[in-house]
Amino acid sequence: MTTAIRLQREAFDVAAETAALARGRSDVGAVVTFTGVCRADENGEAIAALTLEHYPGMAEAEIVRYVDEAHARWPLLGVTVIHRYGRIAPGEGIVLVVTASSHRRAAFAAAEFLMDYLKTRAPFWKQVETTGGKTWVEAKSTDDAASERWSSPLPHREAAK
Amino acid sequence: MKVRYFAWVRERIGFAEEDIDPPVAVLTVADLIEWLARRGEGYAFAFANPKTIRAAIDKSHVRPEARIEGASEIAFFPPMTGG
Repeated sequence: MTTAIRLQREAFDVAAETAALARGRSDVGAVVTFTGVCRADENGEAIAALTLEHYPGMAEAEIVRYVDEAHARWPLLGVTVIHRYGRIAPGEGIVLVVTASSHRRAAFAAAEFLMDYLKTRAPFWKQVETTGGKTWVEAKSTDDAASERWSSPLPHREAAK
Repeated sequence: MKVRYFAWVRERIGFAEEDIDPPVAVLTVADLIEWLARRGEGYAFAFANPKTIRAAIDKSHVRPEARIEGASEIAFFPPMTGG
C-alpha cells in the first residue's frame, strides 16, 4: 500500500504520478486519475489566474483523514493526492487524485469520495484574478450536497480537550 | 491562545494571526466570534454574518457550539473552495 500526500506550489506531472503508483507491482488492475484544472473563466468572466490560500498543517491533516477513511471503505492499493497553492494560471492543474486498486469500482469510488471531501473540508480558498481585481470564490451548495451523500460524513471534533 | 484568520476573514480583519486572552465567560466558538466582532470595525465586518464563518480548533473542524477551553490555536475562515 502506497500513500503520497503533497501540498506544493509547483506544477505536477500526471503521467509520472500515475506511473509511480503502479510501478513494480503486479496486483494493480485499475488506476483512476482525477485532475482539477484552472479554467480560463469564472461565471462567464475571463480570468488571469487563480490564487490558492491554504492553512498549512491543517490542510495536510485533513487530507490524511480522508485518505484513511477511503482506505477503510475500499480495498485500495495506492493513493496519491497533490494539491497546489499559490498562483495558478488557466490550463494548469490545481489538484490531482490518483487511486489504485485491483478492480475499477473501488478506484473510481475512492477518487470521487476524495474529491468530494477535498472540495468541502480541506482548508483551501480560491481567489480569482481578473482585469477588474481579485475576488474570493464562493462555496457552492452543490459541493456540500456531493460530500454529504457519502453516508457517514467525517465527524466534527466535539470539543477541545 | 493563538487565533488565525484566512482568506476574506484575514483581509477584513487586516492581519493573519494574533494572541488573545478572552474573558472566562467566552466558552464556545460562537461566544468567541461574538467577542471578537466587538473588537473593532474590521472584526465587525469579518464576523457580520456568523453563518458564513467556519472554525477549527487545533487544526480540526469544529461547530459553533464547541468549547474553546484548552485550545492552543483557533482558526476562522470562510467555507472552503479548494479542489
